[in-house]
Amino acid sequence: MPVEWIFGLVGGLVIGLAGAVFLLGNGRIMGASGIVGGLVDGSGAANRAERLSFLAGLVGVPMVIALLFGFVPPNNVTTNPALLIAAGLLVGVGTRLANGCTSGHGVCGISRLSLRGVVATVFYILAGALTVVLFRHILGII
Amino acid sequence: MRNLLAALAGGLFGTGLLVSGMTDTAKVQGWLDVFGAWDPTLAFVMGGAILPMAVAWVLTTGRHPLLGGSFPAPAAPKLGHNLVVGSVLFGMGWGLVGLCPGPALASLTFGGPPVWTFTLAMLAGMVVAPAVRTRLDAVTAAA
Repeated sequence: MPVEWIFGLVGGLVIGLAGAVFLLGNGRIMGASGIVGGLVDGSGAANRAERLSFLAGLVGVPMVIALLFGFVPPNNVTTNPALLIAAGLLVGVGTRLANGCTSGHGVCGISRLSLRGVVATVFYILAGALTVVLFRHILGII
Repeated sequence: MRNLLAALAGGLFGTGLLVSGMTDTAKVQGWLDVFGAWDPTLAFVMGGAILPMAVAWVLTTGRHPLLGGSFPAPAAPKLGHNLVVGSVLFGMGWGLVGLCPGPALASLTFGGPPVWTFTLAMLAGMVVAPAVRTRLDAVTAAA
């Protein structure tokens, strides 16, 4: 088994543990787009501090790990600004319309056997795969 | 206390994303690249994450959250146009660059200007999303 898969599994367990802590402790669903989106459009004003604290941990802890251990994983991200802006807009609008992203629908929804979570995950994976086929293998842009 | 636990959850989430390699856009696009050099890592991450979450959901029955309140009720199993259209748009953006909201935020401090550009555009998308939703609802109601 390649070491990347083992790191994936271990990291995944930590992600699930994070979601379990947020659910069992705070009674909240750990969805990244929902937590940020509620701050951006004001719909989450009632628990603003809780959202900001979650984001502080999400942004801050990887920074501390990067600083302390000098562990900066490669991200191989494109530098093409048009692609970055288009992708960011699509992800922002899409996750808010769908009420969730990979963490909310994927991790928290599927684990609850939520029909909406399963359907959302099928659609975003299919759309993502078709996009990669089109832009990588047909157009050769990414 | 709520904020402390929220920060802990956020920190664990970020750590998990970092360890799993999900901040690496090549791995994410590799998972979506079914006709190229397919990379199954994301399936291991998803599987690993769903396990503790499934246990957590089982533990919610008949209980209350440790810090008070109540657990979120299951959403009505309604599959509207917003869920489908939104997920398709999200998937397109995810495939184009290989970033979704969690990993973008987790790599914000070390990902460099491309991650900032993506994240700013994502926040802009979230600002206009309610207007898009209203428009989409009007269009589907008319159809």
